[in-house]
This record gives sequence, C-alpha cells and structure tokens, in this order.
Amino acid sequence: MAISAEKLKALIKKKFPEADIEVIDTAGDSNHYSAIITAQEFRGKSRVEQHKLVYKALEGAMDGNNGVLHALALQTKIK
Amino acid sequence: MDVVVKTKIETIISEHDVVLFMKGTSNMPQCGFSSRVAGILNFLQVNFKDVNVLEDDEIRQGIKDFSDWPTIPQLYVKNAFVGGSDIITEMTMSGELDQLFTEKNVSFSQDAATKIREENS
Repeated sequence: MAISAEKLKALIKKKFPEADIEVIDTAGDSNHYSAIITAQEFRGKSRVEQHKLVYKALEGAMDGNNGVLHALALQTKIK
Repeated sequence: MDVVVKTKIETIISEHDVVLFMKGTSNMPQCGFSSRVAGILNFLQVNFKDVNVLEDDEIRQGIKDFSDWPTIPQLYVKNAFVGGSDIITEMTMSGELDQLFTEKNVSFSQDAATKIREENS
C-alpha cells in the first residue's frame, strides 16, 4: 500500500492552495513520508488542530488498517 | 463508535493521569513512533499507563474515532488528548511538555527535560 509523493502533495495542495509544501519519502517505499507545510490556514490554531487539518486533506489516505499511507511525520508552520 | 468501546477508553483515561495508547508496551515498543514517545516519557521519569493497541483491535480503531486522530501513538494527560509522536517531540523540544505537566501536576524530571533539549539542540 503506497501513495506517490506527487499525489500526496496534490492532496495537500488542494486544501492549502497557497502553502509551501515539502514532501520527503523517508523510507523510499512511498509509505513513510515526512512533510513540512507552511500555510496561513494554521494561524490561531493549536498544533493538534493544525495537524488535523492536514489529515483531513488526505481524505482518508491514513485512516484505519487499509490506509494507503503508513506514516507521515508532520511539521506545520504558520505563513 | 460502539458505546462499550467509548466507555472503556473513557475509563482508562480517567483512571490514570497519563495514558499512552501505543503499539507494543512501554518496555517493548513495536513501532518507531510509539517507541519515541514512550522513550521520552520514560526519560522524563513520568509515571504513565501504556495501552497496547495491538492486543485490542476495538481500542486500536476506537481511539482514532475517539480523538478524531488517525494514528497511533496517542498521548492523553488528565483526560485530554495531547498529540501523537510529532507533536510530543516538538513539545518536548520547545518546553511546552514541561509546562503542560507542571500545569496538570504531573511529576517529571525537570533536569531530564532540560538535558533532552541540550543534547538535541
């Protein structure tokens, strides 16, 4: 189960059109990514809320045992 | 989410000040992210209840619905969801975790917390 870096970035871009998005395939298996997202949408939100926004943008790619993405190390910054 | 599972989770997080829902156990973690948070808590000498979600599929899925958070591990302090591996790591490095524990009267080693930051800066 895997997802391409491009697809992952596109999913995030859809919800955060003006964000700076850096996606790194940390294990080279399209399954373990790290992402650094700098977006104005995070302003005024707690870290948990910021990360939840990103998880929602992934439209279930991470959810449950059939999630296509096993791990996403996430760093969110306010633009 | 099944009310039985919800009650089970609510009971666990109300009976213990600090609860870590994780893959594996505190001394035998079975996932890098779970191991990292358990390691931080152990290093900070925080007394916590580890819940091995690999032994209970109902809790493994239920906890994600409960907190509306799709991954494991999940840390709870005084009944409230605090975050997963990334957030706990960031809070450890920024000192916010020390602050949270202090505010919530959870005992931890301030020296160890300072040491983590010194060694990782």
